Amino acid sequence: MTALVLPHYPKLAGVHPLLDSPDYVGTRLRHPLHTPFDLPQRLTEITGPLLGEGRLGEFDRDLTRQHEGEPLGQRIIVHGRVLDDTGKPLPATLIEIWQANAGGRYRHVVDNWPSPIDPNFTGLGRTLTDEQGRYEFTTIKPGAYPWRNNPNAWRPAHIHFSLFGRAFTQRLITQMYFPGDPLFFQDPIFNSVRDEAARTRLIARYDHAATKEEWALGFEFDIVLRGSERTPFEDTEADDDDE
Amino acid sequence: MSDRLGCTPSQTVGPFLHIVLPWPDGPYVVPESTPSAFWISGRLLDGNGDPVPDGLIETWQADPDGRFDHPDDPRGAAKPAIQGFRGFGRSATDEHGRFAILTVKPGALPAPGGGVEAPHIDVSVFARGLLDRVVTRIYFPDEVEANAADPVLASIDDARLRSTLLAVACADGGLRFDIHLQGADETAFFEV
Repeated sequence: MTALVLPHYPKLAGVHPLLDSPDYVGTRLRHPLHTPFDLPQRLTEITGPLLGEGRLGEFDRDLTRQHEGEPLGQRIIVHGRVLDDTGKPLPATLIEIWQANAGGRYRHVVDNWPSPIDPNFTGLGRTLTDEQGRYEFTTIKPGAYPWRNNPNAWRPAHIHFSLFGRAFTQRLITQMYFPGDPLFFQDPIFNSVRDEAARTRLIARYDHAATKEEWALGFEFDIVLRGSERTPFEDTEADDDDE
Repeated sequence: MSDRLGCTPSQTVGPFLHIVLPWPDGPYVVPESTPSAFWISGRLLDGNGDPVPDGLIETWQADPDGRFDHPDDPRGAAKPAIQGFRGFGRSATDEHGRFAILTVKPGALPAPGGGVEAPHIDVSVFARGLLDRVVTRIYFPDEVEANAADPVLASIDDARLRSTLLAVACADGGLRFDIHLQGADETAFFEV
């Protein structure tokens, strides 16, 4: 192995929140104080788990069909594409989502605010992207909920997304928000993303074309992961040249 | 580079990650029956030294031959010799901040430019209160020579911080790797 040429994923500036974001009280004792060391992207970083169909259950893409009856709330379709920042779709990558029910209550032992559990809603979803990087979930719109970060603090409605991409460098956990939410101004988690354009990328778009008549409202949420730079090694592989 | 799309920002995993992220087989990088398997366990602790009970630890590593079953490895994707080797581990922390994965030691890896990376495991840490993951590496205490020649370890001048990347051998044959997010015992973290 004299010539080991690897793809390189350029670092992102100003996209992710600062770990030290004091308005979100939970960060105070959990953000590292040292400046992180630079980790060169070597074999362990440019590879990653490629998890397949084996992780999916029959109703994991439709959160409204996981119980005897239908959950209460506004039925929605959330769809989009997973791309890297060069515009290349990421096929067959695992997406995991979790969310509160229509009343803003999570089916979780540590959530005990006075809003009812919905016996017909777990709030768990999984899927793989298709050849074009597309995914789609059917679910219900989650409600806002209070939390104890500061007086009268409410989380805007959101769905948690976990994505692998194809390399350790691309791993991302994020939250998708809904357009026009009046609670954005007071939410320190949403606003921990300092750059307004980057923050806007966390908000789904209402998608009338994806809305199904007399059935469900459509929302589009594209997710963009770090892409790799073209390298001499990649240039010898003509098959991924789709630009 | 200016024609690149804007990337989606990270947000915290929050306290309700257990609804979907802990898989029944999450901690098993290798099947339980693998003869050379051992547990790496530890605690995730905050700046007060208190346990973080709402965290998630993920690991990614080469197989014992130093290979990856992945098309981006320029040496070619390689099927691991161990049946069921996944390379990936995931463990939520419990109420005491404890996590554990069952794995095997990865092989050393060639580095661009002719160096060799000592056997290591990449670690992502997610938790309520962490707005983005933090990344660290686990190195092996019995790899004294390889660790001394490892370019990533060598890049950390501070001996205390460097030592946080070394797992500690336990009497039961496993390894302990505690992760301190903040404070005097803070773990060395990386920007990847």
